[in-house]
Amino acid sequence: MSDSSLDNLPKGWKSVPSDLGSDQTAFKGVQWGKAMMWIFLLSDTFIFSCFLISYMKGRASTVVDWPNTSHVFSLDFMGVPVPLLLIAIMTFVLITSSGTMALAVKYGYEKNRKMCGHLILATAIGGLIFVGMQAFEWSKLIHEGVRPWSNPFGAGQFGSYFFMITGFHGTHVSIGVIFLFIFARKVYRGDFDTGRRGFFTTMKSDYVSIEILGLYWHFVDLVWVFIFAFFYLW
Amino acid sequence: MNENTEVNKNKEKPATTHKIGIYLWIWGLLFVLSFFSYMVDWYQFQGLLRWSLILFFMFLKAGLIMAFFMHLFWERYALVNVLLWPMTAIACFVGLMVAEAKYTVFTRLIYFVLGG
Repeated sequence: MSDSSLDNLPKGWKSVPSDLGSDQTAFKGVQWGKAMMWIFLLSDTFIFSCFLISYMKGRASTVVDWPNTSHVFSLDFMGVPVPLLLIAIMTFVLITSSGTMALAVKYGYEKNRKMCGHLILATAIGGLIFVGMQAFEWSKLIHEGVRPWSNPFGAGQFGSYFFMITGFHGTHVSIGVIFLFIFARKVYRGDFDTGRRGFFTTMKSDYVSIEILGLYWHFVDLVWVFIFAFFYLW
Repeated sequence: MNENTEVNKNKEKPATTHKIGIYLWIWGLLFVLSFFSYMVDWYQFQGLLRWSLILFFMFLKAGLIMAFFMHLFWERYALVNVLLWPMTAIACFVGLMVAEAKYTVFTRLIYFVLGG
């Protein structure tokens, strides 16, 4: 084989008809699990888009003033209320964990088992901190009287959109954290070096799984970028 | 069949990795951009300036994450096209709902506030 047969394929726009119209495997060289993860993420994009669009529609069509998020999400730091402090820290924690994940993928492909495992573990801990801070934020708002049907700050729709959107995102983070811990264990055990077969499958483990896991984790960070912009900053 | 075996064989050889510098640069840029978008709120920019800055930093961050952390920059165009074209459907949906929201708030102002 030459690996050349793949390398000789045209790159760029010429590769599109060659991939899709030649009665062969589409997305050449893309492992099937990776393609399936991308398609799942595409469908997830549509779900989150529906939530955010419905939030946009609800906020744009209410005649009551929308709560001032800068004030609602402020946190007292040494007696001074700092606007959006917790949200800013959560954003930085999530970006940090996204960076460690990107490096874990890189070290995985280089078959550097230790570094890959450490970085996945660091990513999982970052995600855990994020979920913890989100739980703190929820309990703080519930304490202040924010409910899905009303709140003391303004338009009643605020609570339902807040709990729905951040709750759905937090669920994604939690599921991601569980998988990160499972995969950290698999990496440390050397599954991806020995090609040990998985629990649910007879297929051999491969470091490409780390990239697939990374795609999911970066997507969670990506969604947060949009939530941060539209829900907290707008 | 032949194609499949070739793809499988291709998987055996170590995949190409990228230099660590790229990841560190993107990581740093994401921090800086997040800091800037937080500053938009800190300085309480209002109106068109606020919205355009929020959208600018948001799309820049999303683009960097997708292109480099999610490797789309190096991915085959067939996959990139399958992933990015559906976004136009979302843009159309946003447009429809903006029109719908304007109509809803218009009727609410007429019937609730002005009393019909």
